[in-house]
Amino acid sequence: MRDGIVVVGAGHAGVQAADALRERGYSGPVTLVSGEPELPYTRPPVSKDLLYGDAEPEPLRPASFYRERRISLVPAAARGIDRDARLVHVSGGIVARYDHLVLATGARARRPDQPGSDLRGVLTLRTAADARMLRGYLRPGARVVVLGGGFIGLEVAAAARAQGAEVTLIERGDRVLGRGVSATTAAMVTEHHREAGVRLVLGEQVACFVSEGGGVTGVRTGAGGLVAADVVVAGIGAVPDDGLARAARLPVRNGIVVDQWLTTADPRISAIGDCAAVREPLTGAITRLESVQNASDQARYIADLLTGGTSRPYRALPWFWSDQGSLRLQMVLRSPAHDRTVSVRNGARTSVLRFDGGLLTGVESINDPSTHQAARRLLDRAAPTEAELAEVDHDVRALARQVRQEKVGA
Amino acid sequence: MPTVTYVLPDGSNQTITTASATSVMQAAVAHQVPGIIGECGGAATCGTCHVYLDRSTETFLPPGDDEEAMLEWTASPRADNSRLACQLRPSNDAAQLVVRVPAEQQ
Repeated sequence: MRDGIVVVGAGHAGVQAADALRERGYSGPVTLVSGEPELPYTRPPVSKDLLYGDAEPEPLRPASFYRERRISLVPAAARGIDRDARLVHVSGGIVARYDHLVLATGARARRPDQPGSDLRGVLTLRTAADARMLRGYLRPGARVVVLGGGFIGLEVAAAARAQGAEVTLIERGDRVLGRGVSATTAAMVTEHHREAGVRLVLGEQVACFVSEGGGVTGVRTGAGGLVAADVVVAGIGAVPDDGLARAARLPVRNGIVVDQWLTTADPRISAIGDCAAVREPLTGAITRLESVQNASDQARYIADLLTGGTSRPYRALPWFWSDQGSLRLQMVLRSPAHDRTVSVRNGARTSVLRFDGGLLTGVESINDPSTHQAARRLLDRAAPTEAELAEVDHDVRALARQVRQEKVGA
Repeated sequence: MPTVTYVLPDGSNQTITTASATSVMQAAVAHQVPGIIGECGGAATCGTCHVYLDRSTETFLPPGDDEEAMLEWTASPRADNSRLACQLRPSNDAAQLVVRVPAEQQ
């Protein structure tokens, strides 16, 4: 290989991929094309710590890392892929040649499309720059309207409320976190935010954004109500950045379609992280995850695959976390399916066990990091049965300890 | 400024001078000490910055509830001196620490 490996996108996935390539001894050129001017930084704080005062993003690696590991960090946006010539066009007329291309382009915030959505003060949140823009509005008494009761919306609501803003969260579904968690967990999360003083408006759509000449001053709901606003933050999901792949005639379907080896239809191009839509070979079902765990695990995997460290398909146990003020929600999901849940309370700690067909498929934990961690150890090995868990009063930690004992004994 | 010596599983070691209040995890990641991952960015959430605190001139508070809970499930065995490196922030300018990096982190 002469031309080396080009990684497009410098979020958790891209940076980890470049790092892991060097760690596994890859000695050819590594080019990391970043679309942002700053040193690549950690993303979870964008919707948490970076919404306070003058907090600065935490670099994923120091500047010296890129020099010492001979990773060319190109702070410019990729403009196009020429698959025949095996090169990436970068803005400013730069061209990066590749033997292998890793697309780690991530996802961008979905923008609302109702009338008035282009008004000043109607914001989305995805980057450090977005966080700097938003936090200028977060002060005592400011009227903040959050659209969407997903992870981002709830995290923003918590940070805004903690800074004394009057927060209204509008969710069109009949509960928060509708796609992500069980009804039991959603109810606890709802209670947490209501207690913190967030006004939750469920089952309402946004009809339009209102202005009195200038920036946004309110949100008109489908039912006709008007919610006054100094700023509106839309947390209504993310759209995978698959434009480069699409333009290069690679299959895209809510993300860049890859096989079990995270390889696109072009064997010299892979996709990892938020932008990757992994296709299940038998059912054709697509899985696309947006998480630090998924980005990091897929990045390490692709480095392994490209350096001959593995030939097996990608496999990892997905887990997530979301900090919403004093509430820490953590989840591990072996499969999203569940037909029954059992919640286990232990003082302020609660975990909800998800079962499907009598097998444990996932655990949602609220302020219960120990159970979360035990569940990760447990589910990484196999899915225990509901009967096994019933024997230990659904105490995930107890079962995980037993399994660990057996492993040590064996 | 505090100094932290990281002893790696192969017996080699690396000594880093850090800024006061920088965590032992941040210092390790910034200087590419292998085996300290810090995937969650220092929130005591992922358990991938487990170290054994072998020597320290500075006394740290014992692990809090979150850290304690994480330490039970570390990939390498827990010892009495197991800590999450993200929770160790030497603040004394003359602090000297020796931490051992476990064989496995995840």
